[in-house]
Amino acid sequence: MSFAPTPRALGRIKAALFVLALVPLARLVAAAFTGGLGVNPIEFVTRSTGTWTLSLLLITLAVTPLRRVTGWNWLIRLRRMLGLFAFFYACLHFTTYVWLDQFFDPAAIVKDVVKRPFITVGFSAFVLLIPLAATSTHAMVRRLGGKAWQRLHYLVYLIATLGVVHYWWLVKKDVTQPMLFAAALAVLLGYRVVHQLRNLSPRSGAPACGRR
Amino acid sequence: MLIRRPPDLVPSDITPQEVYARRREFIKAAGGLALGAGLGLDALPAAAQGKATTMKLFGVKESPLSTGEKKNSRQEITEYNNFYEFGTDKADPAQFAHTLVTRPWTVAVEGAVNKPRVFDIDELMKLAPLEERIYRMRCVEGWSMVIPWVGYPLAELIRRVEPTGNAKYIEYDTLADPRQMPGVRSRVLDWPYVEGLRLDEAMHPLTLLCVGLYGETLPNQCGAPVRVVVPWKYGFKSGKSIVRIRFVEKEPRTAWNKAAPREYGFYSNVNPDVDHPRWSQATERRIGEFSKRKTTLFNGYADQVARLYAGMDLKKSF
Ligand code: HEM
Repeated sequence: MSFAPTPRALGRIKAALFVLALVPLARLVAAAFTGGLGVNPIEFVTRSTGTWTLSLLLITLAVTPLRRVTGWNWLIRLRRMLGLFAFFYACLHFTTYVWLDQFFDPAAIVKDVVKRPFITVGFSAFVLLIPLAATSTHAMVRRLGGKAWQRLHYLVYLIATLGVVHYWWLVKKDVTQPMLFAAALAVLLGYRVVHQLRNLSPRSGAPACGRR
Repeated sequence: MLIRRPPDLVPSDITPQEVYARRREFIKAAGGLALGAGLGLDALPAAAQGKATTMKLFGVKESPLSTGEKKNSRQEITEYNNFYEFGTDKADPAQFAHTLVTRPWTVAVEGAVNKPRVFDIDELMKLAPLEERIYRMRCVEGWSMVIPWVGYPLAELIRRVEPTGNAKYIEYDTLADPRQMPGVRSRVLDWPYVEGLRLDEAMHPLTLLCVGLYGETLPNQCGAPVRVVVPWKYGFKSGKSIVRIRFVEKEPRTAWNKAAPREYGFYSNVNPDVDHPRWSQATERRIGEFSKRKTTLFNGYADQVARLYAGMDLKKSF
């Protein structure tokens, strides 16, 4: 069942996805105006943007497995937008921290990044996201060449892992939530490992969807 | 609302039926509270929430130990709580704590004392004159509030049970009943939640046996019906919904200290110079404020309590 949208339909799907990815932000803004951010609004915003950064990273990582499983190769055309939205929420998350948590105090930020392990890890993840976002255009893919671009973008595995570790280390005791994210990431990365091994193994039949 | 009346008059004789019925329902909701008029308790529905029921406390005196800082609202104090027995999210206690039954309630006081006893909550509430104590509360997570507690010094209770020479510390247990407390069914912490103090800390006039908030009995999510409040230590030292107080010779192993010994020391005095790996303790966000404040040693109570720690290395005994 190979479903492929027409270019026009794909455009509509992209537009819908764009709007959908802005819903979390819209809800935050709406809550801010209706007192819905609770007793500690700054914490609420930090957590909400952090959760959406990590969720969008994992959704981006789900595109390739989903494409292979369904055979819907056009899904790959949504991946860049999803990745950039992950970066967008990471920027909101980081801005919340720099502005509302540290009040633009560079010395305090440096000290914090060095001292608190979960901040160190989150900060590393954010810094590593920057080159990926910067090389997301077609022009950059061409300039780097497919191979080099691909190698650079393997960093996203590390970034997502750092994101989960960041979450794990920041909760006080109840690791239920970070565990769920860790499990999802394990499935997504595990799928790739299995896929690689199958392709390398000489006995395996022809891989269903090729290697891309 | 049990007012002394001639016994031959039934409340329904003098109260419109509808009001009477509602009142009966309310008294039932309050858990069949037997309120003596002399106790100075009157039944009043809780301000906003229909669920948890609190009652006005009468005869509460002001205290010179209160801070003059702006108080946090009742809403802020009752909707943002760490009370893991009802869930680990700070909104959980307000949502789930209505299942806590606070009457009947007893507190067993035992261990190295000459007069061990089980106190009934109504007796405990009359043990000493109630005072309003407006205290700063600093959470280890880097936020703070100003809270108008009602209670009396824990020392009042301690004196009555006469600690023996072996009593060097006290430990106090929070109720751990999985039927009333959904959080206890998960193993986030080693239940029951145990906290403790050195005896001289427990005897300090600032240390409160607390039974009320904002002039009413404690809302369930804030540790009803009786809790401890130690304003110069991080909030988790102030155990809620206390059922047992034990006098012991050795430093107790407390809940968070057991869970992560390198992160939470036995003393856990508020100290801007001793950082927690997750939270810088140099600053804090006062709930309701935009900018952060500088955290002060012993949460601003250094004048009263610093002498308790004379000669101690606060970085080692954190
Ligand atoms: C790709 C990068 C990042 C990801 C995926 C990420 C993800 C998250 C997640 C999932 C949470 C927890 C949300 C919750 O509790 O529901 C969180 C919280 C937080 N993050 Fe990040 N984060 C990232 C980068 C950063 C950076 C760069 C900083 C600061 C330098 C930062 C600071 C924080 C803080 C302060 C919290 C809140 C901790 C608390 O409320 O106790 N994060 N982040």
